[in-house]
Amino acid sequence: MIAEIGHFALVLALCVAVVQAVIPLVGAKRGMGSWMAVAGPASALQFLLIAIAFGALTNAYVTSDFSVMNVAQNSHTDKPMLYKVAGVWSNHEGSLLLWITILALFGYAVTLFGRNLPPGLKSRALAVQAMISVGFLLFILLTSNPFARLEPPPVNGNGLNPMLQDPGLAFHPPFLYLGYVGFSMAFSFAIAALLEGRVDAAWARWVRPWTLAAWVFLTCGIVLGSWWAYYTLGWGGWWYWDPVENASFMPWLAGTALLHSTVVVEKRDALKSWTILLAIVAFGFSLLGTFLVRSGVLTSVHAFATDPARGVFILMLLVLAVGGSFILYAMRAPAMKMGGLFAPVSREGALLLNNVLMATGAATVLLGTLYPLIADALNLGKVSVGPPFFNAVFLPLMAPMVMVMAVAPMMAWKRGDLAGVLDRLKFVAAAALAAGVLVWFLQGGSAGPWWTGAGFALATWLSLGTLIDLAERIRLFQAPAEALGRAIRLPRSAWGMVLAHFGVAVFIVGLTASAAWTTEHIQSQKLGETVMVGGFGVTLKSVEDVPGPNYTASRATFDISRDGESVGVMQPEKRTYRMPPRPTTTAAIRSGMTGDLYVVIGDADPKGGYVTRLYFNPCIPWLWAGGALLVIGGLVSLADRRHRVGAPARAAERRVAA
Amino acid sequence: MSPALFSPHSEPRSVSKGRPAFGIPVLAMLLALASPALAVNPDEMMKDPAQEHRARELGKDLRCLVCQNQSIDDSDADLAKDLRVIVRERIGAGDTDDMVRKFVVDRYGDYVLLKPPFKGTTLVLWLGPFALFVGALAVVFGFYRRRRTATIQPPPPPLSADERRRLDALLKESGK
Amino acid sequence: MRRALFLLPVAIFAVLALLFVKGLTMNPRDIPSVLIDRPVPEMNLAPLPGRGEASGLATADLRGRVSLVNIYGSWCIACVQEHPYLMEYKKAGIVPIHGIDWRDDPALGAAWLKKHGDPYDRVGVDPAPGRAAVDFGVTGAPESFIVDKAGVIRYKHIGPISPEVWNKTLLPIIRELQK
Repeated sequence: MIAEIGHFALVLALCVAVVQAVIPLVGAKRGMGSWMAVAGPASALQFLLIAIAFGALTNAYVTSDFSVMNVAQNSHTDKPMLYKVAGVWSNHEGSLLLWITILALFGYAVTLFGRNLPPGLKSRALAVQAMISVGFLLFILLTSNPFARLEPPPVNGNGLNPMLQDPGLAFHPPFLYLGYVGFSMAFSFAIAALLEGRVDAAWARWVRPWTLAAWVFLTCGIVLGSWWAYYTLGWGGWWYWDPVENASFMPWLAGTALLHSTVVVEKRDALKSWTILLAIVAFGFSLLGTFLVRSGVLTSVHAFATDPARGVFILMLLVLAVGGSFILYAMRAPAMKMGGLFAPVSREGALLLNNVLMATGAATVLLGTLYPLIADALNLGKVSVGPPFFNAVFLPLMAPMVMVMAVAPMMAWKRGDLAGVLDRLKFVAAAALAAGVLVWFLQGGSAGPWWTGAGFALATWLSLGTLIDLAERIRLFQAPAEALGRAIRLPRSAWGMVLAHFGVAVFIVGLTASAAWTTEHIQSQKLGETVMVGGFGVTLKSVEDVPGPNYTASRATFDISRDGESVGVMQPEKRTYRMPPRPTTTAAIRSGMTGDLYVVIGDADPKGGYVTRLYFNPCIPWLWAGGALLVIGGLVSLADRRHRVGAPARAAERRVAA
Repeated sequence: MSPALFSPHSEPRSVSKGRPAFGIPVLAMLLALASPALAVNPDEMMKDPAQEHRARELGKDLRCLVCQNQSIDDSDADLAKDLRVIVRERIGAGDTDDMVRKFVVDRYGDYVLLKPPFKGTTLVLWLGPFALFVGALAVVFGFYRRRRTATIQPPPPPLSADERRRLDALLKESGK
Repeated sequence: MRRALFLLPVAIFAVLALLFVKGLTMNPRDIPSVLIDRPVPEMNLAPLPGRGEASGLATADLRGRVSLVNIYGSWCIACVQEHPYLMEYKKAGIVPIHGIDWRDDPALGAAWLKKHGDPYDRVGVDPAPGRAAVDFGVTGAPESFIVDKAGVIRYKHIGPISPEVWNKTLLPIIRELQK
């Protein structure tokens, strides 16, 4: 019964969304206030109905109602409660419902926080938001009903893929979707602005915090996913350039570009048509990702149940949403006013250069991801585009970006002094060069890869450059006594920038070191035998069977010693789940500043002993720290008073008062 | 076409319609049907560490044909294991890295290379990103130039003799 | 010129959308063989136990007549599905069928043929790491190759052979090559 209520709520939500997509738009066109006012209550009602549907499916999972096919296929009574709940979004239908729920939540947020928005812009944006809802509600109702019943219900369910029964993965999809769908805000407001034919600083001031929020969520989702991959897959890798990863990375790149270009719109009233394009592209990439993952046009290691009918439907959605937006863009954007002026060498110019590099990066990832499909469709033969390609092409494009990142924040608005900035950075440049050379010698010259020096030089350049910029802003060297006060008074958005840029530098260290200097020892290890890894002595002590809630683990105990002294034990597991019956590995990881000792237990060797895989992954924690700094930087920036939602109108009032 | 199974651990060739498949819209999730981390085994490894290192690096560039987006170095599928063994045999027989790659490509085509070769059909792939970057810079350059010409108005044409006379007359009038 | 720039996004998107439409009709997992029109790889595979000393499979055995080479294994689930049809085609006597028992214990491979019937003229054993199969560019079992009179591979079928595949695809090629 509850499942039927959920289904019915989705149908009602579709009706509400249709109303919300049409009435306010007509109202805005004809200037009818009462019609425009429909958007607000409609978005609230739509969210309520979809939340009911989501609650109904969650209820079916929590109570293990196997008469619901989706639950029977993806859950099991033995599963811990966390994974019963996470099971809701572990499959195509449920994850689609999560997507729609988040979309409705964002729509409602416009109503909730957007009281100060110009009514025309608000009602148009809400109508666009509702159009996306209509598309996805039709998609779920027509092709992917999560509430379909199973007659007769099975005694128990198929269970959830054990690899997904993990806390990292339980929270990864909601964050990812908050990011993907969060970009729908910028999208809806971009379309609304195109319909109105007007983009101004107030528009940018509204779009910026929402873009930033979406970006924070997406960053968080990507980092969580990488972290999960790192500790579950059992060999220390964390990024594979798989189409599904790329599907989340492309909106991230476009979103990062958008984040920076909205600054220019807000500050200088320039780059308006470009920013609108980025807003469309960022959400377009989110939709494209949905298409690539759920249609089966590309092979990915991520197995989703693919169905050609679904592929056709999403493609239609994609064509209507993105194609339609681009047509509207081609019609309306050329008429947009040029806006304020700035010199090529200026903060705005640097932000534009950032945008060019980010956009090229996103296009590169897109090209690499789609090339197998393109080549196949044009009969150029089957090709594979894997990590070696992306590493060879994408990373070199990002190097100039990092160089600009240190220079840009020091540049003055409107017209900058490049020679002056470079002069201020000359010690940083020397330090970066020294760091690169030092790293090169420490790794034994050409005994390691050639790019390690470059990686460390870039990280030093960016981190010191960012710190110097911060020191100058708070006049640390000129007036040290007042520096703390200045630091506190520094706008939070400036702090956010400093933290995020510094995070990128930290991330580069982790990336470079872990890619270059990972040491790996794969062997058959007998009980009591010690293997030296990264300066640690790793001794296999015992292997025993341990029962888990819905699996049996064979748990190994390793004694870890450093310079002959015991520093602790590590217990990796190899688990065999009962339903579905599949093995997984759980690595044991001992993290430190210099890197992770990473221990995996394998099968028993017929000759006695066990296959063990022991790694020392240098600087891996720096990756997570860098990611965390990006997220924290975003959050701090989000806390800036100027970014607070609703601020535009208040600022305008103040201006009038003055 | 129904699935052609390699072994219980490897992936079916095609996922038939309607078959319940597990999956999640996530990042970095490896093969739903393969068990992780059990790829390269100690018994396959070469005695000479330098040769083993070459074999590992080669393995990272070769695609496991049955598991789609994994390299043979990451995959525990049987065919991946066979290819790892054969790659090591070739290295042991004195082949260079290029010869090993050619050996595998001769049998499985360019598809097996995770780093596509640079040739006519992949020109767009390899040069596209750099062409895009140059193109984008050109657009930005055009943007700056257009703005400069838009802001610096051309100087007004010099006054004609008639205009000069009228101007002088006006000035005289106001000078009174 | 400036106007054209604004049309660029929709133009690129249109091209991509067309490719996606085409992509939906294709299977990215279909990998064509590069061995078509190339001679059968060099091999000299041992016979299955109990099938006679001289019943192994060597490159020379595939010259002179059009033949079908079928990759199977006792562990292969889909092979069971196609096997009755192979028995049928064997009876029809249109083309000699040779087997390669791939990645298998020869005793199990022989027992499997006892149980399901033996449609093969010759059977070669190719234990792990399956060197002959790799030479054939095999990616899974079952797979079948049509070899012409000169010992050149002319067609590869991936997956189990069904009457539909046989009648519509394989048989016409075999007939053509036998001319």
